[in-house]
Amino acid sequence: MKALARLAFLAGAVRALRRRRPPRATEDDADAVDLPRRELPNDRRAEAAVAILLVVGGLLAAGFGVLVVADPQTQLLGGVLAAALACVGAALGLASKRVVVQEVDVEERHPPRAEDEARLIEELKAGGEGISRRRVLIGAAGVACCGLAGAVVLPVTGLGPALGDAPNRTPWRRGKRLVDARTQAPLKVDDLEIGSFQSALPEGASPEDLGAPVAVVRVDPRALRLPPERRDWAPEGFVAYSQICTHAACAVTLFRYPVYEDTSKGPALVCPCHYSTFDVLRAADPIFGPAARPLAQLPLAIAADRTLVAAGPLSGSVGPSYWGVKPSSPSTHARGSLPPRGGAPWA
Amino acid sequence: MGLTDDAVDPVRFVDERLGASSLARRALRYVFPEHWSFLLGEVALYSFAFLVLSGTYLAFFFSPDIEPHQTYAGPFRELVGFSVTPAYDSVLRLSSTVPAGLMVRQAHHWAALVFVVAMVAHLARTFFTAAFRKPREVIWMFGVLLLGVGVFEGFAGYSLPDDLLSGMGLGIAYSVALAVPLLGGALGALLWGGEYPGSGVIESRLYIAHVFVVPAIMALLIVLHLALVARHHHTQFPGPGRRERNTVGNPMWPGYALRSLGLMLLVFAVLVGLGGLVQINPIWQWGPYEINRATNGAQPDWYLGWLIGGLRIMPPLEIRVWGKTLVPNPFWGGALFPTVVFAYLMAHPWIESRLTRDRAPHHLLDRPRDHPWRTAFGAAFLTWVGSIFFAGSSDRLFYQVGIDYEAQVHVYRVLVVVLPIVVFVATKAVCDELRRTRAAPALGGPPTVVRRRPDNAFEELRE
Repeated sequence: MKALARLAFLAGAVRALRRRRPPRATEDDADAVDLPRRELPNDRRAEAAVAILLVVGGLLAAGFGVLVVADPQTQLLGGVLAAALACVGAALGLASKRVVVQEVDVEERHPPRAEDEARLIEELKAGGEGISRRRVLIGAAGVACCGLAGAVVLPVTGLGPALGDAPNRTPWRRGKRLVDARTQAPLKVDDLEIGSFQSALPEGASPEDLGAPVAVVRVDPRALRLPPERRDWAPEGFVAYSQICTHAACAVTLFRYPVYEDTSKGPALVCPCHYSTFDVLRAADPIFGPAARPLAQLPLAIAADRTLVAAGPLSGSVGPSYWGVKPSSPSTHARGSLPPRGGAPWA
Repeated sequence: MGLTDDAVDPVRFVDERLGASSLARRALRYVFPEHWSFLLGEVALYSFAFLVLSGTYLAFFFSPDIEPHQTYAGPFRELVGFSVTPAYDSVLRLSSTVPAGLMVRQAHHWAALVFVVAMVAHLARTFFTAAFRKPREVIWMFGVLLLGVGVFEGFAGYSLPDDLLSGMGLGIAYSVALAVPLLGGALGALLWGGEYPGSGVIESRLYIAHVFVVPAIMALLIVLHLALVARHHHTQFPGPGRRERNTVGNPMWPGYALRSLGLMLLVFAVLVGLGGLVQINPIWQWGPYEINRATNGAQPDWYLGWLIGGLRIMPPLEIRVWGKTLVPNPFWGGALFPTVVFAYLMAHPWIESRLTRDRAPHHLLDRPRDHPWRTAFGAAFLTWVGSIFFAGSSDRLFYQVGIDYEAQVHVYRVLVVVLPIVVFVATKAVCDELRRTRAAPALGGPPTVVRRRPDNAFEELRE
């Protein structure tokens, strides 16, 4: 209650302060105002308050110094230094309002003068007097400028090699074993049940390679709607897609799996950066968000020791789009029609 | 007396060597018109000063290297055993064992946020009061440039610690670079030294950009911005004695200098207080960056929200020719959108003077209501960028409140188009009404006229 009353008082005070401001005047009554104004303050209490604030601020600052050496706790350090700065800042603000002379001064503007400009133009022109082959010289100077600009700019190409075919080269080959991205342990088929998600790398690959990480998910094999030529890429419901989003290179780390199939949305891989959503049942077709290309798919096979291995290379370029990417397969965008009608989309 | 005049008169000592006393005298009498909104630019300036000071301290402890990887040993227990880069390790060490290191690092991060807030507020003030008009168009352009460079500088800063948030941001930046039509592949490879994540060159390039090149450019821009402000003197609101040809206000010495220094210390106090008491970018919670890791829990700094929003709500549109991708999707929200916004801001003073055919110099400010078209347009422009900004936070709304993400995106795609129009019409109507009634709601409602009746009671006159 008390705090509320105080707040109301403050609001009232602020409003009163604002009202005290002189009303806006037009230029006509401007001469009625006496300017410049100069008032000498004589406020001993304000001077005492400023002195106290300065001393307290100084002591707190010194206390900060002691704390840094003796007991550097982040919160304590921040609080003490902030209090020190606030005391000195408040002292200066108060001094400005109550301790030093109060002035309202008038200063004339000095806009540029036309005669100065005219003289400048004359002097600039005078510098070119007596030149007979002006055009030749201007042309030659232009050549020099272009050449120098080229000499300055072209070394920039030394910053990096061309991207070339990099997004289409990945470490995935037929027979490459899939390993857990963290522990490097081979992925065992029987450890992963339907609805599980696992980030995997090709065995022995550099973790810094955009083409390496894949998202492995297991779904009900009967629900899969892969294009005909990919029918045997998903043994026992295991599907693997490049984990690098085709929109903006983030790792696709969210797996949406329906809890209750009648009302939930279907299983999808989702990127946590911009929420591009890829339908895992239909070859990672983008079904929501900004991504316009499906994730490249990795054909899988199950080895004799019941571990997952690659059955071939990735189906397309990895990572964000640019001039040189090869789409994994043309995106269908035919939402809700499973499997896609006609031969065109998966041709 | 063995003392010379030099020793007893420091002013003369300095002046005989610099010859600057007349300049200094004029500087001390420089007049600052008063209005609270004129302090926004100063808050930005002092935040920048704080960034330079705190950043210098941080640079003593930071290593930009991302090779060789080492195994983390503590004291953050959750990270023990992780493979970390020297960059990430040095920021962890700075945050745990260097005295006041975490406080300064957090204050530095907070200062970056406050710096951009102050710049945006200052820009809005300048826009709505029309302080950008002739002869100040170039000052405005330097200011817009500072905002753009400041946003880049902030991004470069939080990309340095090589934590998960750094890596995610750099991956998105790489994709936006790649999305530049035709040149993208070359641009991305040039900046990153090959395919993302590159061999560590981007980190060292961002480091020199963040600690030297960009701050130097910003300092230069600030000097030019302020030198031109001083050349033309400050603008002022109309008022008693205030004319186009003068400035009326508080002279630099002593009142204004003290007040401004006081403001600087208060800004520092707020930043240090935030740095000490309010956690920001806890990189030990995000963990080190690996290309197969990403999280929604780590969000970028607020001033990138509009770009995140632009990237998120853009429909999946890519332009393809001959089976090649001419315009990849991140181009729209990540490159075209900010280019349009900044290009428009740069051009606004020239566009407005062309449309209004007003080529006269102006030193008296407009009240926003007195120019309904400009005010309504500015409000609509802010709403357009602002609604895209809020679209960038729809995932947090989904996680924390549970509003369906996809539905939010669909709504935002409509709002981004509709809301600016609504705001334009509403602002225009409010301005017109305020102008008509001459009401001053911020000063306590419309003026009333009272009359004393013969019986000494008062009655209100209605028009």
